[in-house]
Amino acid sequence: MPGISSLRFNLRLGLVALIFVLLLLPPVLNALPAGHPLRVSDFVVAVTGKWICYAILALSIDLAWGYAGILSLGHGAFFALGGYAMGMHLMRNIGDRGVYGHPILPDFMVFLGYKELPWYWLGFEYFPFAMLMALLVPGALAGLVGWLAFRSRITGVYLSIITQAMTYALMLAFFRNDMGFGGNNGFTDFKDLLGVPLNTPSARTGLYLAALGALLITLLISAHVVQSKFGRLLVAIRDAESRVRFLGYDVTAFKLFVFVMSAMMAGLAGALYVPLVGIINPGEFSPGNSIEAVVWVAFGGRGTLIGAILGAFSVNALKTWLTSFAPDLWLLVLGALFIVVTLFLPRGLIGLIKGRGA
Amino acid sequence: MKRLILTLLLVLGFAPICFAQDDFNATALRLGGSFGEQAEAVEKLGLSGDPRGLPLLQALADGKLARMPDGALRIGDADALTGAPADATGASPVRINNRVRAALRSALGRLQIVSPDPAERLRAADGILRSRSAQDLPLLDAALARETVPRIRERLVLAQGAARLASDDEAMKRAGIESLGASGSEAARTVLLEARTANAGLAEAIDAAVTRIDRQLAFRRAGELLFQGLSLGSVLLLAALGLAVTFGVMGVINMAHGEFVMLGAYTTFLVQEALRGTFLAPWALPLAVPAAFLVTALLGAVMERGLIRHLYGRPLETLLMTFGVGMMLQQAVRLIFGAQNREVSSPAWMQGTLMLPGEISVTQNRLWIIVFGIAVLLLVMAAIRFTRFGLEMRAVVQNRRIAATMGIRTGRVDALTFAFGSGIAGMAGVALSQIDNVSPNLGTGYIVDSFMVVVFGGVGSLAGTLIGALTLGVFNKLLEPYTGVVLAKVAVLVGIMLFIQRRPKGLFALKGRAADQ
Repeated sequence: MPGISSLRFNLRLGLVALIFVLLLLPPVLNALPAGHPLRVSDFVVAVTGKWICYAILALSIDLAWGYAGILSLGHGAFFALGGYAMGMHLMRNIGDRGVYGHPILPDFMVFLGYKELPWYWLGFEYFPFAMLMALLVPGALAGLVGWLAFRSRITGVYLSIITQAMTYALMLAFFRNDMGFGGNNGFTDFKDLLGVPLNTPSARTGLYLAALGALLITLLISAHVVQSKFGRLLVAIRDAESRVRFLGYDVTAFKLFVFVMSAMMAGLAGALYVPLVGIINPGEFSPGNSIEAVVWVAFGGRGTLIGAILGAFSVNALKTWLTSFAPDLWLLVLGALFIVVTLFLPRGLIGLIKGRGA
Repeated sequence: MKRLILTLLLVLGFAPICFAQDDFNATALRLGGSFGEQAEAVEKLGLSGDPRGLPLLQALADGKLARMPDGALRIGDADALTGAPADATGASPVRINNRVRAALRSALGRLQIVSPDPAERLRAADGILRSRSAQDLPLLDAALARETVPRIRERLVLAQGAARLASDDEAMKRAGIESLGASGSEAARTVLLEARTANAGLAEAIDAAVTRIDRQLAFRRAGELLFQGLSLGSVLLLAALGLAVTFGVMGVINMAHGEFVMLGAYTTFLVQEALRGTFLAPWALPLAVPAAFLVTALLGAVMERGLIRHLYGRPLETLLMTFGVGMMLQQAVRLIFGAQNREVSSPAWMQGTLMLPGEISVTQNRLWIIVFGIAVLLLVMAAIRFTRFGLEMRAVVQNRRIAATMGIRTGRVDALTFAFGSGIAGMAGVALSQIDNVSPNLGTGYIVDSFMVVVFGGVGSLAGTLIGALTLGVFNKLLEPYTGVVLAKVAVLVGIMLFIQRRPKGLFALKGRAADQ
């Protein structure tokens, strides 16, 4: 019945619009003069900005898992790689304002006795190049891992374990000092981006709006992908991979495409995240981060784009709220969330909203 | 310190040869006399083999011996002979000349080398080795004839070789090179290389000896590396065996497996604390094995019946749910026991190192873990093959519905199988408590590795798990010297991913109908 489906479509559109209007509020309210009853603190803007990046990450996981059935437990690695690409650009922007005052080398390299910039740092002084790398490096890694895995029909939990091993291996590698990525301290003490000092309110607002814009764009692209014929094929692959293969489709290529696209989205999220929080270190690669992001999606409702976004915001809101007064409890609650979602809420919050009949 | 040892020896009546108190004192006092008298006294004290002479000679050599105007001797603010506190005002340092110095060196070496304390003798041998003087040769020959402790003999042979090399006699030098080359030790290699420039005529013989040592060292290093690899492999085997049952046989992916291992380690800690002070205390570790098995098996059974059962056939959900359980277990342990490491001590029979033939040194606890890993593997194989439970388990895996029609309570078998796998994880925790830090995140480091072992070896094959664990362990350790610990791990992970390209079902793929599942 077209009437009902269009009503549902409008509801969804309304929900999306509502979310974005709400997300526009923090920077606007933050701009109010101090002491105004409606003014929100810098902290709220910073935290919400972080959540927006998480929402993009959740969206990317949902695309791979919710639609194509590829449960990656290593999306945190793509996120972190994007973050590192941006971090390298920010490090180069510091110039000679570092503690050691070296005109080219970042502080940690001077400290470790580097004489010149390693070759893989070349080009990162240009913002467009760094942005490109933030997309291409995660994309290339996902392409390689995905190609190896999908080609030999590694699916289900095997793929999950392999992606987890991937992020674990990367974490170990990035913890090494001689990798040239700052070892376990990672990158921090950033100064400015595109000429704007990062500690100013205008930079914060700008980064926030950039993240919000990126969320909108990735949401639109994802929506376009999943509503196309390609998207329906992804769902078919998720539900009956062999059958789709027997029907003559190149399942490997479809999965590879969506996996790479998803990794690039995660990389974008990481690149937006790093200037907002002002630090990137190998801890971002830890397998726990990736799987936590999977739970955002599961909690919000996988297989619906809006569910992933909702999940990222709600779980992180819960985390921020809970860790402020009972940090010890958070991991217990998060663990319980895993159990509740898998046993009782297979379709997440969205499933609750839509009700069982939908 | 020396005085402490000395007093101790005197009190215990251990000093083997002591001459009469007066005679010793008279000789000792002459240390403050003329150079001639000094040299004579030093020699006499050295020959006497009386350990009481040691601190005196040492002080003299170090320039710390002082003489009072009345002839009494002081070391710092104490009487040199009795060690009692005494006034040292007006004391002047006792000076020595080269003759006394030479006498002192051999006397000190002699005295220490006759010491009843092996540590002292070892130090003496080291001292003589450092001096590298042909004068010490008679001393060393005599000491070697007496010495029975292998470690000290080793040092003495080294010192003897070095002393021979320092002599002027060519035949003697060759004998030294020969004995050094035969010793196969790193230190002998250094001695030889140092002597190479001074003995240009003997360079060929020295090079041959160095090559000989290098071969021995390489062999030993390879042996030790292999042992470390097997040791790591046995750890992986222990961690992966439980998974081979829960994941390999049942197909349930349990991300809380590492936490079960961790709980096993904490059970070991609790058993140790409970038995502390009782007569059972030395047996805490063996007793912890069944205890850890029971604790984790019970937990596994509860988890299977309460949670996992509802998610059969949905592996990805099972993965997430069990990850959540693991997270909660880890946090609960952190809240109860604290985040810091807990101390689990090793019983005496597990401590120390063991020398295998070829001088390959292995640590006892690692050796025991290898034994334990093999024992657990055999136990698991026997349980699956020879017990009623094992039979029912295999029946349910092969065909659940037919097994059910034959009267097997499949639900009960599921719970027992999962409990069994979890219990094995607990036993692995007992072993890991011996070599790793017992902390809440003990299991995190092993979970990925154990999955790799199971996947690499072939899901559902215990033999594959064994081969997989040992291969990964040895490969890891063989790579480490070239790439470092972290890159070796990364290389192994990458290697497994490439391997799966060739054999997606692992080393030991199931054949026949079971392979389709």
